[in-house]
This record gives sequence, structure tokens and C-alpha cells, in this order.
Amino acid sequence: MIPSKKEWTDALIARHGTTLHERFSSATVAICGLGGLGSNIAIALARAGIGKLLLIDFDRVDITNLHRQQYKANQIGCYKADALAENLREIAPYTVIRTVTEKITEENFSDLLKEADVICEAFDNADSKAMLVNGVLEQLPQYYLVAASGMAGMDTPNTIKTRKVMKRFYLCGDEISDEANTIGLVAPRVMLCAAHQAHTVLRILAGEYEV
Amino acid sequence: MVKVNGTELDIAGKTVSEYLATTNYDPKRIAVERNGDIVFKSKYDATVLDDGDSLEIVSFVGGG
Repeated sequence: MIPSKKEWTDALIARHGTTLHERFSSATVAICGLGGLGSNIAIALARAGIGKLLLIDFDRVDITNLHRQQYKANQIGCYKADALAENLREIAPYTVIRTVTEKITEENFSDLLKEADVICEAFDNADSKAMLVNGVLEQLPQYYLVAASGMAGMDTPNTIKTRKVMKRFYLCGDEISDEANTIGLVAPRVMLCAAHQAHTVLRILAGEYEV
Repeated sequence: MVKVNGTELDIAGKTVSEYLATTNYDPKRIAVERNGDIVFKSKYDATVLDDGDSLEIVSFVGGG
């Protein structure tokens, strides 16, 4: 039995208070890349009561994703944006979700992201990360940007952190651990980085701009 | 002197591109901030570093 929208809203207000709930529920957050970072960010933000999530990824769920990404075995082969939207509707049925199954490029990002209040960079490819970060900082300077770099491998979890690089640009991760130089991505360390990103989004929406 | 990621370097007068060429940074994987503002990628060649500038270079690694 799924709770009514009123029951759902009342439960979130009881948890976060009216002021925060209003800020969260009126916000639109774009998530660029729906892998280990993006799928975990989306779930955290949906649970927290973010009003609208914009989920963007061109790719499909692959068996090699399931060790860290929030998909299910029966979703292999589905577009990630569709599969994540399906999972989010089960978790948080009143979050508005818009899916975009398209590759984010230098040409289309500003149009795709214009409705967002906060943009999460959650790609896995370093060139793509740099492309989006430079693009947003150059062309969408009024937006808040929360990016990630360095969360691969079996190193200590304690080096994952959030740094405010510029006025509206936050960077999460250890900034060092490259997928290419480690055993690869391991679920909890990626989730930690995703949690830093999601929590930074909530803090920005709450008006807490320092880290 | 120019402060780069917290370290004072004697690179005033060089362009951002000239400085990057002396480093191991991959220009495709970085974002450069100068005195709190992003340096546009298209301006690396034309941006001359002044004495007292503060440069912050973010270098992205793979994984996500």
C-alpha cells in the first residue's frame, strides 16, 4: 500500500521541518551520468524529498555495472535513465522524474541543464568530467555545480572529501584515485563520494554554502 | 610570483598554456581557476599570468 502524497509530505516535514522541506521539494537537480555516482546520488536525493530529478545518461545497464550501481539483475539491457526512474518510483513515488537518454556533449549540455537549480557531474570518464565542468563554469555561471573526481580502488575511505573550489563549484572525492591505476571501482567508496555529492546538493539548497 | 595550488612559482609573464606545457597536466582533463574565476579553455593561450595571481588547477581522474 503506497502512502498518499499528503502522508508522504507530512512524514518528510516531520523529519526535515517545513523550511527545509519546501526548499528541497521545490528544487530541480540534474544528474549527469547514472553510474555508480549518479544512481546513488539520485536515490539519496529522492529519499530526501527533492521535487524534481533530471536523469541523463545515454547508456544501458550492463552486468559489469551491478557491483556498484543501483540497478537490478532483471534491468540488464534497459536504458539506465528508464531503469533508475523505475527504481526511484518504488522508493519515492512523488518525486517528479524527467529522463533523457542522450549523450551529454559540448553542444547540448546548456540546453539540457537549463531547468536545473543544481547540476551534479557524475560521469566516469575524466575527459567528460572536465568537458562538463568547464562548460558549466563558462556558460552557466549562475548554476551550482557539484562534481566528483577520485573514488576508485581500495584505499582508505577517509580521504573522500568535499572541497569548494570556486563560488558555485564543489568537488567531491580524493582527487587522486584513478580508475585506471587501481583495481577499479568498489561500491562503498563510490557510494561515499556519491553521498558527499548528494549531501552537498542538500546543503546548497539549505543555504549552507561552506563545506 | 604566482601561487599555483598553494605553491609560489616564478611563472609571472607566462601564459596559462606556456605554464601547463611545463607540467604533467593533461589539458583535456583540467579546469583552471585564476583569482576565483574560471579561465575559459579558449583563453589558455591568451591569458598571461600576473605577479600575485592565484591559480587553482583541478585535474580530473577517471571513475564514477
